[in-house]
Amino acid sequence: MTLTLNHYLLVSGLLFSIGFAGVLLRRNIIIIFMCLELMLNAANLSLVAFSRFNVGADGLPNFNAQVLTFFIITVAAAEVAVGLAIIVALYRARQTTHVEDITTLKF
Amino acid sequence: MNPILFYLFSILMLGFGIAVVANRNPVASAMSLVVSFFCLAALYVGLDAYFLASIQVVVYAGAVMVLFLFIIMLLDLKAEQRRKFNKLAIGGGALVALAFAAQLVGVLGSHPRGDKPFPELKLPVGESLNDLQHVGETLFSLHTLPFQVIGVLILVATIGVIVISKRELK
Repeated sequence: MTLTLNHYLLVSGLLFSIGFAGVLLRRNIIIIFMCLELMLNAANLSLVAFSRFNVGADGLPNFNAQVLTFFIITVAAAEVAVGLAIIVALYRARQTTHVEDITTLKF
Repeated sequence: MNPILFYLFSILMLGFGIAVVANRNPVASAMSLVVSFFCLAALYVGLDAYFLASIQVVVYAGAVMVLFLFIIMLLDLKAEQRRKFNKLAIGGGALVALAFAAQLVGVLGSHPRGDKPFPELKLPVGESLNDLQHVGETLFSLHTLPFQVIGVLILVATIGVIVISKRELK
């Protein structure tokens, strides 16, 4: 029983669908935000698996994918900071973190 | 990676991922997220990405989670917990996610290029993979411009957070 690329892609896709389900069915903005992080990390896992799978002529993994993962982690950290600041501002204005109470932009 | 370790950490990661979605209490969700990220870091180690594994632990399990817990403690979320779940939203969300997962299994089942074991790394005798050096060389030679843009992005995010967090928004 050896591990193949498809094992990692399946785990990554399942993690993504868990995060996706969380975004769709949870109504608390903070939980929705955590599920977004899960989805970002699922994408990172598949990138790292591809990096290890595509061993180049020098016998090393493809480090471009790992650099891309590094960028994704950086952008995700910035995104968390800004998003949580927006949530705090929203809570200050409306005293809620429940998406069904925030309908100003609803069509 | 040892298949047993792969299955152990994958199942732990997915299980705690489900716990993030299923928990009513936001603090418990955040703690489940920490465990899930630790297991993901273990999977990175299994893929010989030691640098990314350590970054994952430091940035996600450290900084991001402290930020999440800080915000959860700052906001009083007791009233949120007593709300009922919307049955339609749960059914719809679970259905879409299951359809996505089924589609994924179908696609991966007909993907023979990925159905091969990972190739062995060719390293000089007696040396282990120095991935930090290689990531750094790639980052500072091929991707210098994106690296600087990321620096500007973090600066913008810092200033943006300060502006958003000010008392009076005009």
